[in-house]
Amino acid sequence: MSRVHTIAFRLLVASFLLGLLFVGRMQAQTPSSQESTKAADAKSDQKKAEEDPFAPEPAPPLPAGMTGSDANDPRAKLKPGWYDAGEISKGLTHLLLLKKPDPFRLDTADAANPKVQETLSRMGVADPSKMPKGAQVVVAQLAFANSDLAFQGHHLFQGNFYGVNIYDISNPAKTQLVTSMICPGGQGDVSVYRNLMFMSVEQPNGRIDCGTQGFPPGPPPSPDQEKKEEKKPTIPAPQKERFRGVRIFDISDIKNPRQVAAVQTCRGSHTHTLVVDPKDKNNVYIYVSGTSFVRQNEELAGCSGEKPDKDPNTALFRIDVIKVPLAAPQDARVVSNPRLFMDPRSGALNGLNNGGTHGKDGEKPTDTDQCHDITVFSAMGLAAGACSGNGIVLDIKDPVHPKRLDAVNDPNYSYWHSASFSNDGTKVVFTDEWGGGLGARCRANDPNKWGADALFRLKGNKLTFASYYKLPAAQGDTENCVAHNGSLIPVPGRDIEVQAWYQGGVSVMDFTDVDHPVEIAYFDRGPIDPHVLVLGGDWSAYWYNGHIYASEIARGLDIFELSPTAFLTQNEIDAAKTVQVAELNVQNQQKIEWPARLVVAKAYLDQLERSQALPADQIAAVRQAIQSAESSNLDPKDRAKLQSFAPSLKKIAGTAKSSADSKRLQSLAEILQRPSK
Amino acid sequence: VFNYLRHLRPLYVRRTREIRGVFTFASCSSVLAAASTFATLFSVPVCAQQTESGAPVVVQPGAPGKPTRTLPTTTRGTLPPASPADVQFMQGMIMHHAQAVEMTALIESHTQNKGVTSLGARISRSQSDEIRFMKRWLASRGQPTAMPDMPDMKMAHGDMSHGSMPLMPGMLTPEQMEALRNAKGHEFDRLFLTGMIQHHGGALTMVKDLFDTAGAGQDAELFDFTTEVDSGQRAEIRIMQSMLEKKSLGDKR
Repeated sequence: MSRVHTIAFRLLVASFLLGLLFVGRMQAQTPSSQESTKAADAKSDQKKAEEDPFAPEPAPPLPAGMTGSDANDPRAKLKPGWYDAGEISKGLTHLLLLKKPDPFRLDTADAANPKVQETLSRMGVADPSKMPKGAQVVVAQLAFANSDLAFQGHHLFQGNFYGVNIYDISNPAKTQLVTSMICPGGQGDVSVYRNLMFMSVEQPNGRIDCGTQGFPPGPPPSPDQEKKEEKKPTIPAPQKERFRGVRIFDISDIKNPRQVAAVQTCRGSHTHTLVVDPKDKNNVYIYVSGTSFVRQNEELAGCSGEKPDKDPNTALFRIDVIKVPLAAPQDARVVSNPRLFMDPRSGALNGLNNGGTHGKDGEKPTDTDQCHDITVFSAMGLAAGACSGNGIVLDIKDPVHPKRLDAVNDPNYSYWHSASFSNDGTKVVFTDEWGGGLGARCRANDPNKWGADALFRLKGNKLTFASYYKLPAAQGDTENCVAHNGSLIPVPGRDIEVQAWYQGGVSVMDFTDVDHPVEIAYFDRGPIDPHVLVLGGDWSAYWYNGHIYASEIARGLDIFELSPTAFLTQNEIDAAKTVQVAELNVQNQQKIEWPARLVVAKAYLDQLERSQALPADQIAAVRQAIQSAESSNLDPKDRAKLQSFAPSLKKIAGTAKSSADSKRLQSLAEILQRPSK
Repeated sequence: VFNYLRHLRPLYVRRTREIRGVFTFASCSSVLAAASTFATLFSVPVCAQQTESGAPVVVQPGAPGKPTRTLPTTTRGTLPPASPADVQFMQGMIMHHAQAVEMTALIESHTQNKGVTSLGARISRSQSDEIRFMKRWLASRGQPTAMPDMPDMKMAHGDMSHGSMPLMPGMLTPEQMEALRNAKGHEFDRLFLTGMIQHHGGALTMVKDLFDTAGAGQDAELFDFTTEVDSGQRAEIRIMQSMLEKKSLGDKR
């Protein structure tokens, strides 16, 4: 784009949209005009207040028999603000918030800028006071929203509806921006594999060339025209330059990502999942979940949005699988469109139904025709799909042809959003994104079975419901809040997940006992605005090599460290930090294995002390031996001493009351037998 | 542990941190040459990293196979063009939703059916909520919440309903509304469900028409909203169809 064009384009956009945006700010900055208007039109103001479209709707009462979150929790009433909001945490230390980079903000943010005022007056905006309060913060919340995270080495990749930002996290407390890559199209979910970065695009403004200009609008039809053409079928507007699907970038040069492929799909890509086949060293696969409209056949050949009985090749009721040859990523293409929802007996493509009943305004008990997100667990050859009306389990041993093994629905579930496995694969945590993440759904009057996690047992490839977990603290009515993305924290001996709840903040949940999940740590900050629901909060919160990173939709990037509490000891935190991975794409879940180091043994001891599964004197004796071995750097005598504990620990493991304690004792014994440095 | 653990540089982070401590004041270009062999060995990544972190770049890739351009760091975000069709869609959908709310308001005095009552409460609640969203969307863009070519005088026709206003797709005609108002009990249930199915079907048409319009639907919020409307109304249509088919009219609900 030439400079002249850039300026012209900016003016164009400003005059149609942005200019108006700042009227609200001007209002704040020119109190005299505001006051005079007020005086002149007090009645109208009063009426406006009653009909203020920006005021949040009060929460309706709790349905009978339901309970809500705790309104007395200290998180319930925090001071609002963009960057000065009240913050509170337990068991988490907030290291820093990095603000969203400037290229991911609107063109000009300075209402006093003469250019803006000039534009406004040219547009004939005579009375800025007519603009409602809050207008300036409501426009374009989503267009620049941060989305999901991926990690590789010392780099963090933060997706955004407008592109990707890449950070250097060598020193997490001093995280620094490396690259801002502009490439709009939403949601911008990212994955990384070696030298490749993948990115989801679904919105109609996405362009193959990463351009920000979108596509020119046609003139609105006049009312007369509308009537005349009422019976005529609408003519689609195919755009060959439009891109909806999965982009693939070469990130060999981290400061110069190059687009190597752009694989188009009919519904675009709302999310995607990197699938690595352990048997296939030459390719990786991408499962594409599309949730929005099917585009026209004229734009992308073969796309049909018809019902399955009308068109067996409909782009509904399927996912898309892209095969990416690692040696030639430019040849990536869709290789299959698995019909995951087929009824195996009748062959009907729409074989799944949701029994959900709870959603007031988010309910979708329709035939499930899409997945929102899929988490693969290649170590087990399984995937868990959160597919609008259902939670499903897939066999992915042949990654190109996943097969459905089980499907569940839940009467309290509105929209099956995402899934994750426990490390041993015996539990699955699903989330319900009731209201799509745009609404306040954690108010004291919102039932805590709605918009919550649902925990299932997984045994013999069958899912069985166990319990719900929802953010225990009530949130305000201007805070969008519902269950969203999280990852496991690799504390040995426990199942712990850190999870983002939008403006509900970050909650760390222990689900070792799948029937009784409990919160063990949290972070929250106040709403962005006290009067207007401004979309924000943490999209995803993931543990990566010792720290927790949370993608804040509106504000930027949050970085945390765990701190010890009664619910989590320093040894357990240190043991989690022994797990170091080269890459992290949370939806491509990896089996965690812990080194046989003494710090891991100490974590088990802390847990056995907490659960009282081992007598105090024995715990003390093992701890003393460990301490001695640590100071001698595992000399033979100390090794022998450690080994001497193993047989009795294994024996106790056999009689432990809980299976969790039994496994801890067993693992502890194994470490003491062969401790590594 | 991980399949690709071989690509891991697990000690890299720790090492650079230590080295950083030593060479905090070393400048990459000059001091390194004079540094000891040991230091030089390790300082290359340090240097690279400082450069990497020191000056963030703004880039915009091209189409596949095309080069990536570096943009000035002063680059700011721009939005895709607003489409007049987006504004018309929102204005029209407000009117469309308003009729649904008006229809559900009849339920209390016209039927005892639990299924219809419960469904109606949900529809009323979700459509009112969405009306608020749409008004907010329009107001924040400085747009009127009603279509400019629908003067108030048209409201003078009869009651507060839609009089002779041009109807959005699927909206009930004044005659249909009148029939609904005059029905009671089972007849009301039937007319309500068939009417609301017709009404919701119109919303799906409106969404489809929107995305069939050049340049429309590029606004991120409108895009997400329409996706929600589409899947939400499809769901309710199916519920209502099954209520009609079962003729239980939701007694079980």
